[in-house]
Amino acid sequence: MAISFSNSSGVLTARFTGEIDHQVARSMMLALDGQVARDTPRRLVVDMSEVTFMDSSGIAVLLRAWRRMTAAGGGMEVLAVPPQPFKVFHTAGLDKIIPMQG
Amino acid sequence: MIPVLNQATLLFPSKSANESFARTTAACFAAQLDPTLEEIGDIKTAVSEAVTNAIVHAYPAELGVVTLRLRVLEGSLLEIMVKDRGVGIPDVDRAREPLYTTGDDTRSGMGFTIMESFMDSLRVRSTPGKGTTVIMRKRISQKAGRRP
Repeated sequence: MAISFSNSSGVLTARFTGEIDHQVARSMMLALDGQVARDTPRRLVVDMSEVTFMDSSGIAVLLRAWRRMTAAGGGMEVLAVPPQPFKVFHTAGLDKIIPMQG
Repeated sequence: MIPVLNQATLLFPSKSANESFARTTAACFAAQLDPTLEEIGDIKTAVSEAVTNAIVHAYPAELGVVTLRLRVLEGSLLEIMVKDRGVGIPDVDRAREPLYTTGDDTRSGMGFTIMESFMDSLRVRSTPGKGTTVIMRKRISQKAGRRP
């Protein structure tokens, strides 16, 4: 798993690559926390197009980022979610909380 | 008893690095049933949840052994057992409730819900101080022309 960031006009884009599971969840949370703290974006966009697997650990990662963004008055959306992670999000009802599209 | 046509058993230490190893192994074993991509995703997800539970919750203080037993049963039925000899679950019904977790903030409390949703059946047996056994089954679809 890798995360890369780009920031343009107050929109922080985080691109996730690889597998998201318990082993990498903590480091992902810390990377997202650090980048959001540095950039203070008004909007966070998570691009999941390169994610090859995700279990429920990904729910915790995105919920934490969403709570942080909404607490600061910002917004968040998740784009290009592959079918397997989308099924995990849908089962947890996360697609009703965080705007996302496959 | 449904006849067992094939099986494999894997024992590994409760290290987080083995989550990926376990789910990939389960998917490789299931390949003999010619599953769809969605079915492979379901199997990998359910195994990842069960094995992560064993690694995070069963052995909180020290490494222990996790057993993954994979079986093909008659009727294109895949059976997956994940067993530990860890601390056990005091209240299995409560543990199976959505959003319930005793883990840290990397755990969402959705593990059992996802196992139930992604597999056809889920049984959980646990004895405090002795360990937990999770058995999941999934019938792999038989599409016309995919098998003789």
